[in-house]
Amino acid sequence: MSQDYRLDNIGLINRDKKVSFKFNGKRYYGYEGDTLASALIANGVHLIGRSFKYHRPRGFFGSGVDEPYAKVQLYKNGESEPNVSATEIEIFEGLESESVNCWPSVNFDVGAINNFLNKFLPAGFYYKTFMWPKSFWYKIYEPFIRKAAGFGVVSVKHDKDRYEHKYEYCDLIVAGSGPAGLASAYAAAKNGAKVILAEDKPRFGGSLLTDEVNIGNQSGKDWANKIINELKGMQNVTVKNRAQVFGYYDHNMLVMSERLTDHLAKPKKYTPRQRLWYIRAKEVVISSGSIERPIVFGNNDTPGVVLASAAKEYLKVYGVLVGKKPLIFTNNDSAYETAIEFKKNGINPLIFDSREKPSSEIINEAKNLNIEIKFSHVVVSAKGYKKVKSAEVSKISKDKNTLGKIENVDCDCICVSGFWTPTIHLSSQSGNRTKFDKNIDSFVPNQPKQKETTVGSAKGTFTLEETLKTSFETGYQLSKKITNNDKKILTPSVVEKKFTKHDKFWCVPLPKGKKYKRFIDFQNDVTVSDIELALREGYRSIEHVKRYTTLGMATDQGKTSNLNGLQLVSSIEDKIVPDVGHTTFRPPYTPVTIGTIVGREIGKHSKPTRKSPMHTWHKENNAVFVDAGVWLRPRYYKKGNETLFQASKREAANVRKNVGICDVTTLGKIDIKGPDSAEFLNRVYTNAWLKLPIGKARYGVMLREDGMLMDDGTTTRISENHYHMTTTTAQAANILSHLEYYLQVVWPELNVNVVSTTEQWAGAALAGPRSRDLLKKIFTDLDVSNDNFPFMGYLEGNLSGVHARIFRISFSGELAYEINVESNNGNFMWEKIIQLGKEFEIQPYGTEALSTLRIEMGHVAGPELDGRTISYDVSLEGMLSKKKDFIGKRSLNKPAFIAKDRQKIVGLVPIDKKTSIPEGSHLVKDVNAKLPNPKLGHISSSCWSVEFNNPFSLAILKDGKNMIGQKLFAVSPLKNKVIPVEVVSSHYVDPKGERVRS
Amino acid sequence: MLFIKCPYCGDRSQNEFAYGGDATVKRPEINKEVSDKDWDNFVYLRKSPRGKHLEFWHHVSGCRQWFKIQRDTSTHEIFKTFKVTEEI
Repeated sequence: MSQDYRLDNIGLINRDKKVSFKFNGKRYYGYEGDTLASALIANGVHLIGRSFKYHRPRGFFGSGVDEPYAKVQLYKNGESEPNVSATEIEIFEGLESESVNCWPSVNFDVGAINNFLNKFLPAGFYYKTFMWPKSFWYKIYEPFIRKAAGFGVVSVKHDKDRYEHKYEYCDLIVAGSGPAGLASAYAAAKNGAKVILAEDKPRFGGSLLTDEVNIGNQSGKDWANKIINELKGMQNVTVKNRAQVFGYYDHNMLVMSERLTDHLAKPKKYTPRQRLWYIRAKEVVISSGSIERPIVFGNNDTPGVVLASAAKEYLKVYGVLVGKKPLIFTNNDSAYETAIEFKKNGINPLIFDSREKPSSEIINEAKNLNIEIKFSHVVVSAKGYKKVKSAEVSKISKDKNTLGKIENVDCDCICVSGFWTPTIHLSSQSGNRTKFDKNIDSFVPNQPKQKETTVGSAKGTFTLEETLKTSFETGYQLSKKITNNDKKILTPSVVEKKFTKHDKFWCVPLPKGKKYKRFIDFQNDVTVSDIELALREGYRSIEHVKRYTTLGMATDQGKTSNLNGLQLVSSIEDKIVPDVGHTTFRPPYTPVTIGTIVGREIGKHSKPTRKSPMHTWHKENNAVFVDAGVWLRPRYYKKGNETLFQASKREAANVRKNVGICDVTTLGKIDIKGPDSAEFLNRVYTNAWLKLPIGKARYGVMLREDGMLMDDGTTTRISENHYHMTTTTAQAANILSHLEYYLQVVWPELNVNVVSTTEQWAGAALAGPRSRDLLKKIFTDLDVSNDNFPFMGYLEGNLSGVHARIFRISFSGELAYEINVESNNGNFMWEKIIQLGKEFEIQPYGTEALSTLRIEMGHVAGPELDGRTISYDVSLEGMLSKKKDFIGKRSLNKPAFIAKDRQKIVGLVPIDKKTSIPEGSHLVKDVNAKLPNPKLGHISSSCWSVEFNNPFSLAILKDGKNMIGQKLFAVSPLKNKVIPVEVVSSHYVDPKGERVRS
Repeated sequence: MLFIKCPYCGDRSQNEFAYGGDATVKRPEINKEVSDKDWDNFVYLRKSPRGKHLEFWHHVSGCRQWFKIQRDTSTHEIFKTFKVTEEI
């Protein structure tokens, strides 16, 4: 198809580079620099989608972020993206796009029947219809709504694109590169400030690209070019196009999304598709401009009804005509520029102006160009289904209530202008309580809460002269405040046409007997009658009206609809707009891809992966890893076709029989030094620490101040004032913060220092009856006999030339040792032990076997120390010192904590000795009891006991102390299991603890 | 995201810090008698003021120092930051 609507000699597109693209399967051509919208319009394509609710044909309405309709599904390099605005995406060779919200096609859409069923789809339809019967929700209503909702289909494939985040600091960020933004940025940059200038569109200049103005002795467009080129060359300035500042957060944090490759057919490898900028600015200049608002009239959503400013931009930037028989419908002067541009390019426009007798320079110019103008006239309704074919027009009375005789006028597009709405989103997001400006019938920024200044039409300043004057001054003053420099740029002279006042008119009344749909919110199909209905039904607050009717919701966030909605509510309620107020503006200002927000923090990059120094050895020896916090730990070492269950059983059994080695590097380690260390430990642990001899370790338990268990571990006295503390893997970071809090805030008088040494030491646990024999081989010159090196002893030794710390501590309940060496010697230590251990049949064991060993010994771990248990509950009450105070002690006399039937840890064995009990199962007395069946406790840890060869679990059971021998039921609705169990002691293996001391 | 001036390191983004609760709360002295009421006040009861609030923060991903911030809970304005030993 040829580009019938493209003019030859106007526009900023690159005509040397033809670009082919597809829309709904059909191939078209455009030029480099076109948007999908401009290229389609050039090809005479106006039907782009179907509306949200009624599935009415929709075309293009705006030319940028204001666009409510033209959302497409985009296909690129095998990826698919929904909700792409055709007015924003630039075409590239091979672009493929499709209409959304229509089936089977945009030309014939079954859903359009909604248009004729609209009696049944009033405001609040969803709330009214889908409430009952309740049973219909999952099977009927929800699938229906899901199918009907949204703009396009989200890809379920992994997103192959790359997204990045960047943090930046600057003196001044300027959002928007129109005249106000350019002037502010330029004045500030020239005065030495570090400036970031962000422009959403590909081209800098904003309204200067399309307005007929002169600055200095240049056209506005040339001046913009000159300034931007100069800014780009300055060291202290960052200039970004295709970059939307979409959010304004606390403490002057601005967030901007930069689109780097969306306009390219084949981006370079590793170039991010989009980049998210977190910018901390000392001052913010908001020069976000303004958006033209429509006038509401009948069938005003027909394709071919466009904003007058959009028609002008298509013409002047892209050389594209939105129609060849344009009708301009306006209540103000700015649309005359559009008419004049048409005329200059050989097209005869017809102007309908709601005003009675306006007079201004630009109206005279239009008259001089012989453009036909009808004052006191309005468009009553657009005619045509898939494209405007004509318009019903009429004279209107001075009070705007009465229409005259309705006539039909041929046209192929209606360019509408209902004056301008300042874009106050960023200012409002920053906390600025906006105010209503009656002169322009819009909200404008008021007192700033943060360090922000709005300039230009975003503030309601609609003359270029005033905009440049205030913007140059703003840039200068703000930069002076920050840099203390005093270099001021002279504001250039301006030639522009003076406009006269606009008409306070925004909605054409319905002619008698007609029921045209008059759309206020185009994206959500909200009509005048929907809002009238909401108010009749009692909704008053604008926030409620919004939610009930969906006015101003969805991707465009009501950029073209909000003020007309407010005007309607205020006229019905007989209030003035400021009393109605506006709904809250929330970030993002325009849609942001989820990929951009996530950035590189996906998959393995979403958190750090910590590996022990022995990781490679584990990998080479068939370890299957498990995430333990941020650590990767061997879960088991797979031999042949072994399952997890078989492998962990084998590994645990070998510990009980021979000797096993386990990587315990991940345990939290904290180095404690200082003369008051013992006193400090005495306060943070529940047991006594003042008399721990040098060279001895002690098990300790920490509480929170509310008496709940926090963590456990061993601490070893290395020398007089030097201790080595271990914590559980999961709590390592929290415990360090906890200790620091008490040392820095609560007891600063204690002379103690703590530092994490978790990563400085590699750790290996040797466990099993043959571990002492192995230890003798490793440390040939040490006396490791039970007498010289008893349980809870500590020695330092020489491991084939490497310094080692040896602790005789045990988690498995067997005779066991933990050896620590400096991390870089970890692998050396490990391989040495494996080599020397061969004759003792050493085998490595993973976390699964580790769990099995500690569970059947009744040793507690994370599942028991879950923040809901006290010492008594896990049978550690013997470690609560009665002689001294400690953190959390004062809380232990609470009635619930000393209740006679307080919960306590027990062991559980299934009656059939076969069925494993799922962790998390609940314990009940009578499985057939009436609901709610009282819960007596829960299963915290489960394993397969290698000692007795049957399942064994630990449980926290109400009155557990007196329940030994009872028969209960473990119930897991999740696994659909009911298992009869017997309550036994939690110390299932070696209840006297003889092995660790052997 | 807040911009917090650590008294030791200077201005840093909020994601380097952890919140640490009301800084006007004082732990009862160790090894001293304390009534149930005073203890419960210390462990559980906190005011939730709208406006100025003195609170502890911990520079977790930085110097690891605890310090105090006076912040407005409704506007997030930070009036001042102090070392633990400094009074307002």
